Amino acid sequence: MISVRHRQQVQQQDAELLLRMKQTHFSEDECKALVNKFKFMTKDNKVARQDKLDRSQFHEVLQSTFKMTDDMIMDRLMRAFDKDSDSCVNLSEWIIGLSVFLRGSEEEQVKFCFEVYDLNGDGFISKEEMFHLLKNSLVKQPNEEDPDEGVRELVDISIKKMDIDRDGRISLQDFQAAVKEESLLLEAFGQCLPAPELAIAFVEKAFSVPDHRGRYNQLY
Amino acid sequence: MATRMRFRKWYTMGQTLTRAAQWTSVSEGGRGRLEFSPVNEALINSTIKYVEGFSSKHPAETAIVFKSPLQWKTTLEPSTFGSGYEISDDSVTSKAKDKNDQPLLTLRKLGELNYDIKVYCFNQLSNVLKIAGDMKMREARSILEANPDPTAKMLGDGFATIEGEDNSTLRLLEQTKKESGDEGDELESKLRLLLLIQQFDMQLMNQSLKHISQEVRLTPQQINSEVALLKRYCGADSGSVLEKISFTTDYVFDNGCRAPPWRQVHGDICCLNILPLDGEELSVTANTAGVYINKGIEGESNDQSYERVGDIYKDLVALLKTKSPKFAEIIESKEFELKEDQKEEHFEASDDEIDGDMTERGFEEKKEDKKTEKISKQTTKRKKCATVARTNATLNWKNEEMNRQSREKKDKDKKERSEKRLSRQTIDRKQKTPALLEDEFYSDSSSESEEEEDTPDRRQEQNSDLPSEYWQIQKLVKYLKGGNQTATIIALCAMRDFNLGQETCQLAIRDVGGLEVLINLLETGEIKCMIGSLKILKEISKNTQIRKAIADLGGLQTMVDILKSSSKDLKCLAAETIANVAKFRRARRTVRQHGGIKKLVSLLDCAPLGSMPMTDEFEKDVEVARCGALALWSCSKSTRNKLAIRKAGGIPLLARLLKSPHEDMLIPVVGSLQECASEASYRLAIRTEGMIEDLVKNLNTENQELQMHCASAIFKCAEEKETRDLVRFYGGLDPLVVLLNNSDNKELLAAATGAIWKCAMSSENVERFQELKAIEMLVALLNDQPEEVLVNVVGALGECAAQEPSNRSVIRKTNGIPSLVNLLTGTNQALLVNVTKAVGACATEQDNMGIIDRLDGVRLLWSLLKNQNPEVQASAAWAICPCIENAKDAGEMVRSFVGGLELIVSLLKSDNKEVLASVCAAIANIAKDEENLAVITDHGVVPMLAKLASTTDDRLRQHLADAIARCCMWGNNRVAFGENGAVAPLVRYLKSPDSTVHRATADALFQLSRDPDNCITMHESGVVKLLVGMVGSDDQELQVAAAGCIRNIRRLALANEKARYSKT
Repeated sequence: MISVRHRQQVQQQDAELLLRMKQTHFSEDECKALVNKFKFMTKDNKVARQDKLDRSQFHEVLQSTFKMTDDMIMDRLMRAFDKDSDSCVNLSEWIIGLSVFLRGSEEEQVKFCFEVYDLNGDGFISKEEMFHLLKNSLVKQPNEEDPDEGVRELVDISIKKMDIDRDGRISLQDFQAAVKEESLLLEAFGQCLPAPELAIAFVEKAFSVPDHRGRYNQLY
Repeated sequence: MATRMRFRKWYTMGQTLTRAAQWTSVSEGGRGRLEFSPVNEALINSTIKYVEGFSSKHPAETAIVFKSPLQWKTTLEPSTFGSGYEISDDSVTSKAKDKNDQPLLTLRKLGELNYDIKVYCFNQLSNVLKIAGDMKMREARSILEANPDPTAKMLGDGFATIEGEDNSTLRLLEQTKKESGDEGDELESKLRLLLLIQQFDMQLMNQSLKHISQEVRLTPQQINSEVALLKRYCGADSGSVLEKISFTTDYVFDNGCRAPPWRQVHGDICCLNILPLDGEELSVTANTAGVYINKGIEGESNDQSYERVGDIYKDLVALLKTKSPKFAEIIESKEFELKEDQKEEHFEASDDEIDGDMTERGFEEKKEDKKTEKISKQTTKRKKCATVARTNATLNWKNEEMNRQSREKKDKDKKERSEKRLSRQTIDRKQKTPALLEDEFYSDSSSESEEEEDTPDRRQEQNSDLPSEYWQIQKLVKYLKGGNQTATIIALCAMRDFNLGQETCQLAIRDVGGLEVLINLLETGEIKCMIGSLKILKEISKNTQIRKAIADLGGLQTMVDILKSSSKDLKCLAAETIANVAKFRRARRTVRQHGGIKKLVSLLDCAPLGSMPMTDEFEKDVEVARCGALALWSCSKSTRNKLAIRKAGGIPLLARLLKSPHEDMLIPVVGSLQECASEASYRLAIRTEGMIEDLVKNLNTENQELQMHCASAIFKCAEEKETRDLVRFYGGLDPLVVLLNNSDNKELLAAATGAIWKCAMSSENVERFQELKAIEMLVALLNDQPEEVLVNVVGALGECAAQEPSNRSVIRKTNGIPSLVNLLTGTNQALLVNVTKAVGACATEQDNMGIIDRLDGVRLLWSLLKNQNPEVQASAAWAICPCIENAKDAGEMVRSFVGGLELIVSLLKSDNKEVLASVCAAIANIAKDEENLAVITDHGVVPMLAKLASTTDDRLRQHLADAIARCCMWGNNRVAFGENGAVAPLVRYLKSPDSTVHRATADALFQLSRDPDNCITMHESGVVKLLVGMVGSDDQELQVAAAGCIRNIRRLALANEKARYSKT
């Protein structure tokens, strides 16, 4: 009985997944390859965490394939991927997250980045959050009296540039308007999107993952 | 100056010294004399000492017998010669003899106190000098004057001083090797002699160098540096030497001078106002000959008077020392001892600079022939001496100032850079011989001048008030330097918020070292940073100084590399920035040398427009192509780049882009094409690739810039007839005429009128222009237009009038003739060529001629014969022909020009074929009037024409034969032509393929054949057979002349026979 119910559950999941996949920026083949890669990465996981990437695995992917190094940003990316906030990335979150991460439209990516930078999730990037994000961005001069002065200066510059409604913090609307004006500001507070050539390479590499003979292949 | 410095061969001893001796001008004929100057005195003194000491120091060499004797006129009396000589009344011979028993010294009497002396060896030479005693100086001088190149005499002609490298030593060495034995020994000592002489030469050179260097002329650079130096010591405080020093004008001409052009002719460099600490303000002129006080601004008129007051000084310091005692006092107290090492360092640096630059330039200007190069190198050398001397004079001062200011590295850099620039400028200027200038003019079709390369470097003064932007930018650059990617991007974005079009911001970025960082970012590979950096560079590179700085920092190389990046945004930005930077020649060359042209051309390669739907992707491709075209447009201003674009396959790609409907795309594409159309290969390609149709189509756009480029492309392409036909075929003439209404945009007007001019070279096009009433519109444009427009308008009118007689009366009726005649007084050479042509074309009509005559147009034309430019001379002479033909009472008119006939005859000495042909044609017309013919005969026209007879140029032959035929009509000119050998070459003209030559020649031969001697010459040259053929020609005139000539020859033969029979 359990197995029947389980099967029904799985089938329902599959159907949902299939529907989701149709909404992504990937082709069917690419989806298949990405699913395959996901399975490959999670194949040794314990049963309880089966089909899920945990924090370290996620960091590993970002580090090795996208050359990201900032732990804080990577944690923030994890949160952006992890829609159900269970500290793990499941398959559907993986596919949908990657769709935005790798191929998202400008609008999607602006939202995505904003989510990443909005550390406390209150819908605004405050000065404190900016300071936090930028605090390691300058090389510390040993002879400077106040090592944080430069960072504060940068925060001021950013506020001046992006806080369009002048309320001392950056809302999503502010952010969208600023990026529209100057596309370079999309990743204003730290790199949270892959370099284009790495994004392409990632999808291509997914094709070369040894075929995991699981039931997901039967989906198509 | 009555005497000039002459750089002539003098005294074997070689190259350098030779030029040092100062000769009086020899151009007046006769031998040069050594000028009486301190330099020469010193030279002669050392020479005497050397010769006297020679026999004791080098006994073997003194005995060598010279190849040919040193011979000169002496005032020594035979009686003064002592033992060892056989003395008679009027001759002296030495007892010492050579192998052939020839005395080694002979003295012959020529007249009272006037003897001719020959000396065969150094031994005797030193004897002579000893005997001369007090007269040594005089004797040595006459030896040197009589023997300008003694080595040649001593060792044979093979050792004459040659300008350039001297191989004589090597040659002698080789000879020594080849021959052995006695002769070998002799040669060996000869070699030693030569080496000794050369050694002495060096010695003399070093000695005289000091003198020479003081006499070299001033250059604008020297003045500038001196003024700059003095400026640092201006002000009211205790350390200053002057109250104020300034140039009267700020404008600097291309050659570095500030004086107005009419003063530059006199050698003036600039005028200065100097206010010394004591006394009144001085108005000073710096001339190439030195600096002097001028009269300054006179009275109420505010006019500068350039007249010299007082002495000329070698530099400003010398002048000020005498004029201002206080200045002298302070300057004296400022003098420090020279620091040797520093001096050397300084010179070495400048040396390297010059050499490096020379080679680079040499590479660039391969066309330049070796001779000019050598000369320019020599002048460089000379100038270098000058710089050495000059810096010598003021260097101690500079050192002092260096001590005073703390030697910040930055400061030093600045100085070095300005020095570098200075030396480059000097080289540039020196290289610009007239020939070269022309070369440059033609090789660079660039509509933009190169002057921007010389724009003065305006650096912000450290102490002046800096705008607030400066500090903000400085802070941002700090973040750029010390930030990670994120901070860099924020800083870049913030920097873009400044008004980058504003010069203060542009220069601020440079001055705080921002350019280095920005260019550095391009090499990081971080796409976002690169994009941000390029966005800024693109904006600020609109400034000429920034361009240069970017090129200096190697930014072009990096940007060329970026062109092959995979990011289209990057490619676009890089290409656009290159388009901005490559506005000067050095940058264009850099782009080419790093393979940039090929990469730029490959950017053009996007799918044909309209072949696929306009997706975002495709739109980006088009944008990339546009930016590529933009960069190529900038690059295409250099000839070699044009070539490179063609080689990289750019033409078909441009042709494809030309079909684009977007003006943004069309402007750079047509711009590049019109720039390249100066090359014949492009013109052919533009025609054959069907681009004329598109160009014509785009003449109808709304955008004036595009219209301008299209018209300008047609202007350049319509040199070829096929192209002109195509323009008509595609209906391009109508829009061109419509463009004439657009009189506000002068550039457009110039391009349109240019296109009309060139198109009017085909008579079918002229017809169309007539229908469109273009002539009337052109005449209306004759007034109040800039010269570029006038040149083309007049050119077009000239073509129209020349090809279609009815246009001549149209020009008259629209009142164009007075305007045209008025333009004859201009100075623009291109304009003059066209105006004379147009006036000439108009003069072919009687009524027009009446007006021209009334306006004194012929006199103006005639005065243009004096113009320097052979093209103007020729076209003026051509224009004179119809004037004489059609003027009433032409003979009287011509005679009324004082010196006119002499002038035109003297033009027969020209070496320009076109000038000769035109002058011959004019002379043929002048000679129609008997009185004038008599005058030109007196001016020696006959031998001059006869001299030209050997030409092979058919055009010249035709007019020459015409002129000869006409000139035969006076006196015994026929005989004179025969005597001057003009007849036989004329016969050869009959073999020319050109029938017009035949007619003129037959006519000339007919005229000449009235002299029996000429008949004989002709007959001997085989004229009869050729003429018999011509009698059968269709051309009646030719028939008549040929037959007449044969008749004359035959008559002579008959008379001859008759005479013979009657004798027997």
